Formats: sequence, C-alpha cells, structure tokens
Amino acid sequence: MSIWEYANPVKFMKTSSMVLPWVSILSALCIVTGLVWGFFFTPEAANFGSTVKVLFVHVPSATMAINIWVMMLVTSLIWLIRRHHVSALAAKAAAPIGAVMTIIALVTGAVWGQPMWGTWWEWDPRLTSFLILFLFYLGYMALWGAIDNPDTAADLTGVLCLVGSVFALLSRYAVKFWNQGLHQDSTIMKVGQDDPLDPSYYVPLVISIVGFVLFFVTLLLLRTRTEIRARRLKALEQRERMA
Amino acid sequence: MMPELGKYTATVLLSYAGTLGPMIVLLGWSLWRGAKVKAALAAQEERMKKNG
Repeated sequence: MSIWEYANPVKFMKTSSMVLPWVSILSALCIVTGLVWGFFFTPEAANFGSTVKVLFVHVPSATMAINIWVMMLVTSLIWLIRRHHVSALAAKAAAPIGAVMTIIALVTGAVWGQPMWGTWWEWDPRLTSFLILFLFYLGYMALWGAIDNPDTAADLTGVLCLVGSVFALLSRYAVKFWNQGLHQDSTIMKVGQDDPLDPSYYVPLVISIVGFVLFFVTLLLLRTRTEIRARRLKALEQRERMA
Repeated sequence: MMPELGKYTATVLLSYAGTLGPMIVLLGWSLWRGAKVKAALAAQEERMKKNG
C-alpha cells in the first residue's frame, strides 16, 4: 500500500472518518491531562515563581506554530511536484490553525514577558521572526481567498509557503543564529545535558505538546474534509450552471 | 483546589484563557463550517439527482 493512495479524495474521506473520532478523543485526553497537571500539580520555579505554569501553553503553541508551517511546506511541495489536490487542500486547511497557534504563542509570551522582562514586547530575533511568521500566515490565507481558480491559488500559495519557510526556520533557530535578545533557547531537548528542564515540568509539558499535536491533526482532518466537500460543491454548481 | 499563584495570578490565568479561548473558537468555527458545507453539498446532490 502506498501513501499516495490517500491523495484520492474518496480514500481520504473514508480513512479520515474512521481516524477522526479516536484522534479527537486522544487529543482532548492529552490536553486536559497536560494542562491540569501543569496548572495544579507543578511546583513554583525558583526564578519564575508561578509564571512557570505559562510554559504548558506557550511552548506547545509555539512548537505548533512553526511545525504547522513546515507541514504546509511539505504538502505544498507535494502539490507543486505531483499535483495531488488533497495535499493543496490540506495546506489550505492547516493555515488558520497555524495562525491561531502563532497568535497564542505571541500573546502568552507577551503576558509572561511583562512581569518577567518588564516589557510586553521586544524586537528580539525570535519574537520578531514569530511576528513575521504570523504575517505570512495571514498573507497565505488572504492569497487563497483572493484567487478564484483553485489550482492557480494552490500554485501561488505554494510558492508563498516556500518563501515563508525561511521565517519558520528563523523562528526556530533565531536564538542560535543571533546570540542576543531576551528569549532563551529551548530547554526541552536538554534532558541529560547541563541546565535541563526539571523532570516535574518535563512530563506534563510533553503530554501537553502531544495533546496540541493531536488537536492539530483533529482540526486538520476536519477542515480538509470540509475543503474537499466545498471543492465538490463548487464543481457541481458549475456543472449545473453550464447544463 | 485553586493553586496559590501569588502576584502572578493574572498572568497565569490570562495565559490559559488566551490559549483555550481561541482553540475552542477555532474548533467551533471548523465544526460549524463543516456542517454547513456538508448540508449544502447534500442539498446540491439531491437537486441534481431530481433534475436528472
């Protein structure tokens, strides 16, 4: 069996209808477990006090903001190279989820930054690249909405996605590229190294991230199914007008 | 049951509200649009079947 079978809309609709209930239940379970654990059962941090609890919503949303763009890049490349419509529609369906995750990361970061850094906003490399990534998400959605021909829209948004990937990568690695600014480097991958994340935060954080990933998959399947139906509806309406 | 958040109560609660609020709105919007498009497609298919 090949992965390209799922490029067939009928096969995609059939498989996604079977997977969707399980993914959504798992997503809800992981988000509730991760956030309840993080909010109620983690200790205050020595440096950050109770604001450490913001970690359990900020880190998963920021992680998703970048990775959703990477997923859009992959599906856009599949569209541009192999012309599979489901992949183009999946990229379109993912964009609003990515935009929401980016704005959540920016807002929770600002709310945390005010008491910790003494400012809501700083033109720090990571914060700035995240803001640009958010603008790319808005531009991507606006471009889909502005072009009537869906194939042309998929082509142009695919190219925009390629360009925006530079900022998605910058958002991820800005702290390493420019060793300046307020935002710290990721600590979740430092287990077993110097200055690791305390295990009491690590487990609920990982559960929360898994929950956000599954939430994205749930919404992606749901929204891609809607896009496939909307495409079919448009085609039927056109056929009726021409008859 | 509410944990002691001290002077950062507003910061922590705002962060959780600012995360869960948009996620719930996005989920609701996606479900609403999905149901709307599904109903419209079913109606269109029915109409075309009737008209041959």
